[in-house]
Amino acid sequence: MQAFNRGRQRLVALALLGLVLLTPPMLNTQAGASGLDAFLYLFGVWAGLILAAAWVAERRD
Amino acid sequence: MNPWAVFLLAAGYLGLLFAIARFGDRRADQGRSIISANVYGLSLAVYCTSWTFFGSVGRAASGGMGFLTIYLGPTLMLMLAPVLLKMIRISKRERLTSIADFIAARYGKRQALAGLVTVIAVIGIVPYIALQLKAIAASLQALFPEQGGLLLLGLDATAVIALALAAFTILFGTRHLDATERHEGMVAAIAFESIVKLVAFLAVGLFVTYGMYGGFADLFRQAAALPRTAALLDLEQGLGNWAPLVLLSALAIVLLPRQFQILVVENVDESHLRRAVWLFPLYLLLINIFVLPIAIAGLLQDLPGNGDIFVLGLPLSQGQEGLALLAFIGGLSAATGMVIVETIALSTMVCNDLVMPALLRVRALGLAQRPDLSRLLLNIRRGAIVAILLLGYAYFRAAGEAYALVGIGLISFSAVAQFAPALFGGMYWRQGNRAGALAGLAAGFLVWAYTLLLPSFAKSGWIPGDFVEQGLFGLSWLRAHALFGLTGLDEISHCLFWSLFLNTACYLLFSLSLGPDAVEARQANAFVDVFQRRGGDTSALLWRGKASYQALAGLLERFLGAERARLQLQSYARKRGIADLAAREVNAELVRFAEIQLAGALGSASARVVLASVVEEEELGLEEVLHILDEASQVRAYSRELERKSRELEAATGELRAANARLRELDRLKDDFVSTVTHELRTPLTSIRAFSELLAEDPDMAVPERQRFLGIIVTETERLTRLINQILDLAKLEAGRADWTSSEVDLAGLVREAAASLEQLFRDKGVALALECPGEPVPVLADRDRLTQVMINLLSNAVKFVPAREGRVSVQLLSSLDRVQVRVTDNGPGIGPEEKEFIFERFRQGGNTLTDKPKGTGLGLPISLQIVEYFGGRLWVESEPGQGASFIFELPLQARN
Amino acid sequence: MPQKILIVDDEPNIVLSLEFLMKREGFQVAVAADGDAALEQVQAFAPDLVLLDVMMPKKSGYEVCEILRADPARSAMKIVMLTAKGRDTEVAKGLALGADAYVTKPFSTKDLVAQVRSLLAAG
Repeated sequence: MQAFNRGRQRLVALALLGLVLLTPPMLNTQAGASGLDAFLYLFGVWAGLILAAAWVAERRD
Repeated sequence: MNPWAVFLLAAGYLGLLFAIARFGDRRADQGRSIISANVYGLSLAVYCTSWTFFGSVGRAASGGMGFLTIYLGPTLMLMLAPVLLKMIRISKRERLTSIADFIAARYGKRQALAGLVTVIAVIGIVPYIALQLKAIAASLQALFPEQGGLLLLGLDATAVIALALAAFTILFGTRHLDATERHEGMVAAIAFESIVKLVAFLAVGLFVTYGMYGGFADLFRQAAALPRTAALLDLEQGLGNWAPLVLLSALAIVLLPRQFQILVVENVDESHLRRAVWLFPLYLLLINIFVLPIAIAGLLQDLPGNGDIFVLGLPLSQGQEGLALLAFIGGLSAATGMVIVETIALSTMVCNDLVMPALLRVRALGLAQRPDLSRLLLNIRRGAIVAILLLGYAYFRAAGEAYALVGIGLISFSAVAQFAPALFGGMYWRQGNRAGALAGLAAGFLVWAYTLLLPSFAKSGWIPGDFVEQGLFGLSWLRAHALFGLTGLDEISHCLFWSLFLNTACYLLFSLSLGPDAVEARQANAFVDVFQRRGGDTSALLWRGKASYQALAGLLERFLGAERARLQLQSYARKRGIADLAAREVNAELVRFAEIQLAGALGSASARVVLASVVEEEELGLEEVLHILDEASQVRAYSRELERKSRELEAATGELRAANARLRELDRLKDDFVSTVTHELRTPLTSIRAFSELLAEDPDMAVPERQRFLGIIVTETERLTRLINQILDLAKLEAGRADWTSSEVDLAGLVREAAASLEQLFRDKGVALALECPGEPVPVLADRDRLTQVMINLLSNAVKFVPAREGRVSVQLLSSLDRVQVRVTDNGPGIGPEEKEFIFERFRQGGNTLTDKPKGTGLGLPISLQIVEYFGGRLWVESEPGQGASFIFELPLQARN
Repeated sequence: MPQKILIVDDEPNIVLSLEFLMKREGFQVAVAADGDAALEQVQAFAPDLVLLDVMMPKKSGYEVCEILRADPARSAMKIVMLTAKGRDTEVAKGLALGADAYVTKPFSTKDLVAQVRSLLAAG
């Protein structure tokens, strides 16, 4: 659990980053964009967060 | 399609699930758990119910990308792993078995609070269960439109399914009572179901996107061409309630009874959370990729209905019966998974926190005297499962038609969101108390019921809808969807705002204005400080009373069954190395152990009540509890203090050791100094004595020879005098008795003169001396002779240490606005960093004193330093070993008038 | 045939006085100003006795003494250490390294001559 402790704060930081990127007002930048662009933005950010979380949570340093 | 074939397929699928669950349970009994981090992560996907499988498409078909909020919230919540970890740790410590248990245990283990949480959960979740039944009914309708989809064995098929699910859940979840309420078999089956529904949904998605259309880009292009579908592509449409829904779903992933069950209660290893943090969000992402494409395709194909059934309808419209069946199984999987876990979680809560407290209170039943209550407990749970499913069925028949799937689900989400202030507040805020929790929950629940639940009944025509349109008693500020005149929000955001606002406000106000009782204070401590309690459990400290072993063992036997109770007590005794437990006096630890075992079966609130029947507990006053807690924290503080002290002591010892070494070093230096000075004094003395004796013994010595010897004696005497003067100088300097005159001195001129006076010395050794000195005078305030002494010291030092012939020494004089700097640079061996520290100390000389005979007294630099500092300047050295050295002194410039 | 004495010291005035003294006493004298030169002179001059200063550049008297004593062919050669540092430890060190006598500076010329003569007579 020791290594996980260190990763914890990074995960919380990721959650906050995700909150900013995936909710208004940041999300308003995608409003009115073409459907595919908004779709790609949402899923792209989402996938990025998951990758980052996997990297942070599974790292055993 | 033959209805019986579908029925058999469904039955066969449930049979497979059951086999998996049995396998999981058997392995758990053998101690070889099959719950890995991956299984745990997948089982969390019980979050994806029919709502996700069918409803998301329906939502997307009417509201565009807003459906994603329900999955983004949980993604973010999972990343708040520290919060989840704390919940898991607390639950393991306190052997908590449900969210009602969690909240009640935090606020003093009172049945009233546990009961209220249970009531809110049951009322809140019933619509959600109805949603699952509705989804199954709708999918049957889609498969068998001509039969109306509804009749099976002459009965309403949905009712049959509800009963089948009840039977199935009873088999799954109530095989035996467990102190930890874990169901590993069920978790394994749920993880399997998660895979099935993901595969089914992806299969439909791939077929629609790439089989019927030419991929994402093609679908999006076609959608943009039609006004009805083009609207779905604009994110703007979903942004209105985007943030509230993200918040709501983030709360739901923790607060829904089934999620709490899987996430917290069924967690076997805290480290599994590592995997879940990303595996579950990844699952959510995958199952959502094709939602929008399927919705668009359904609309483009102009399928009937509101979109909830597109997942089945699209394959059927293309004649893909096999794919449709796979989708049906996927949907069934999503629905059954949810129903099983949810009803197990709810039935535990209903049994422990509603029924048992009531039965225990009715003395006429003589419950406390009955020998074995474990069967009774199981039967109560079984009854609760059936009752909850029937309630769900009733809601489905009564109100189910009025709402789309997602609408129903959000009503449930809003209900459980009411647990948030009491639960999270209790984990982090010591002062939160039961009065606050009760008031907050009640207020939030009432607002929820008034603004969401009752309007849903009104919409179905169950009750008159006036209060929605005109407000209760015609008071317009009581309109259910515009409470206190708040308009402009959709009904979910509106409810969430008012309910959570009033809930939190009541929680804070009551917590702040009323004090906790003794048990609460203890529990607040146990929850908030769960990470600080390393093994040491203060709760055993907080118990004082008398109990007989027989009574305690009897109690365990009655509620856990004789066999289980015997095993638990044996393992308790074995772990503590006690031979005969019955022979010893019952202590606080054993009572605490018994309470935990009972809590596993009964919930913490009921456990406390039944325990009180056999234990004569001295009720500790609040004062006393606070005092003990204070002492416990003092002990912790004290031990931290001790640790700090011992660290300090260690550091001090280290310092002392270093100081001692330094003193020894100084001692050695002094010794060396005396020895060096002795050497320096004896050397000229040796010559003087030798020549004097030679002259004395030989009065007839030739005159030139005699003159030469006398000359040597004179020179050596001068050398001796110089040395003695230097030693005296230093002594004077150090005693601070220097009596120097300060006058304006031209430093440039002084440097030139000093260099000129040493010219011979440099020439003898073949060392080049370069001078960079401005022509105009550089005035400083100092004693001319002393400064000359410094310059000569530095220059003669430099010439001493550079190699003969290749040696180069340069002197630079640099003046700035208010200071002047003199740098004497040589290309000698340089000075190591450790030597730099000592070089300005007395008795210290550069170089190895044994092989390299010291070339001076070791007093030059200390004397120079004292002189420069006396006149307000600094003297220091810059050097790298092998790179030569620069001795630099700096003095304040005398302002020119 | 006069006996040969090698004088090793880095102080020119001390060398001068010792050279004058030893020549007056009838010895054949050679001089060296540092440790390396001393070793060369021992090879070339083959002295019967060496007056050896301790504190010298390049090689200290101790080192020279050690090297000379490591050569069994010169075991008959006498070594007298001269030093301005008169501490007991230094005397002991010199004797341990194989010096035959240890004279502290400043010395009495008479005593030194007597010491040298007795050593050469004993050898």
